Amino acid sequence: MTGWTREQMAARAARELRDGYFVNLGIGIPTLVANYIPDGIDVTLQSENGMLGLGPFPTEATVDADIINAGKQTITELDRTAYVSSADSFGMIRGGHIDASILGAMEVSETGDLSNWMVPGKMVKGPGGAMDLVAGVRRIIVLMEHVDKAGNPKFTPENSLPYTGRNVVDMIITNLAVFVRPDRNSPFRLIELAPNVTQQTVAALTGAHYLTDASI
Amino acid sequence: MVQKIYPDAAAALDGLLFDGMTIVAGGFGLCGIPETLIDAILAAGTRDITAISNNAGVDDYGLGLLLRNCQIRKMISSYVGENKEFERQYLAGELELEFCPQGTLAERIRAGGAGIPGFYTRTGVGTLIAEGKEHKDFGGETYLLEAGLTGDLAIVKAWKGDRFGNLVFRKSARNFNPMAATAGKVTVAEVEELVDFIEPDQIHTPSIFVQRLILATRNEKRIEQRTLREAA
Repeated sequence: MTGWTREQMAARAARELRDGYFVNLGIGIPTLVANYIPDGIDVTLQSENGMLGLGPFPTEATVDADIINAGKQTITELDRTAYVSSADSFGMIRGGHIDASILGAMEVSETGDLSNWMVPGKMVKGPGGAMDLVAGVRRIIVLMEHVDKAGNPKFTPENSLPYTGRNVVDMIITNLAVFVRPDRNSPFRLIELAPNVTQQTVAALTGAHYLTDASI
Repeated sequence: MVQKIYPDAAAALDGLLFDGMTIVAGGFGLCGIPETLIDAILAAGTRDITAISNNAGVDDYGLGLLLRNCQIRKMISSYVGENKEFERQYLAGELELEFCPQGTLAERIRAGGAGIPGFYTRTGVGTLIAEGKEHKDFGGETYLLEAGLTGDLAIVKAWKGDRFGNLVFRKSARNFNPMAATAGKVTVAEVEELVDFIEPDQIHTPSIFVQRLILATRNEKRIEQRTLREAA
């Protein structure tokens, strides 16, 4: 079983972006998606602290402490950049103006419940903007490892961890496979396997019920 | 004319600080935090503060300084992951914490400052955040009621300010500062530059929200995650 690397997962997620999209990328693997936006596709990245139009990371010479993304990383601005307050920024999110958000996850259930903010018994850092994003953004794409560090499935019949949102996930891209559903009343469908990964491997490492696309 | 510009942070906060007070602070992470005013509150030793702030600073900077000095009793925040002392005090039961999703927090402060006691949002429905809150359906979707927030004092950091108290923020240092400025019974702003004139169309926070103003003496602007690309 080889599967996709983190970079390949990010590149696969980037293929979901369409020309003209406004997109919010979460912290971790999702941040890498910015490096793989296909040629000819123009995407504006949004950061929930209050920046629309994120540029690449700065060079040593162009670091500006007042230009940071939601991960508190230094970043640069573009010709199109607009700064807004955090209230206006979450107005974009809550108001349904962001086309897609790509987020990490600890668990996703077969009905699209997302858990990515707390593990009981561990010090909780807080939800940040994740609950707002999943409640407000039209299309939620999850990028995560297929199993956790102990080898347990992360795509589950029902989440064991506290929810970030209920019935909010539209697509799951793991290191092994891609699952998608056309709407939030439908079950997830396996539509793609990573290289050298079999349907049987995916089935063995997935707790959730899902359909398998005829193309596989 | 009312003199809004004070000689220093201690003078600007004189008569405003008391034990058990609620303070709304602007800033996101370590970006756009009122660091000069935080130093003055540290020096004043005000205790049992309820701090409304998206984050809690780091151990030796930002609100972390007040935490380390045990001046904060309660935090209302969306994310506190960068502060070890916070974790220690919280686990020891010395500190109360109310988690609030980031966008809900921004809107609660905005609402509080705009005289709106509560609003409905989809954010947090079906999660721990929703427990004990009123739910209501609009157009077939469930929303929950969140309360507006105000403070006895708001402290904000701006780039430019004039003698009337008009403010302009700089880049993503704007973040929570405009809402915080509206939500204090008294708002004190520290500015990097005092200027004679701000173009009326360029003002982010108008003077009505700012009662006192100082020239910031601490503009360290510490960077939390210095992330670079290779120079071309």
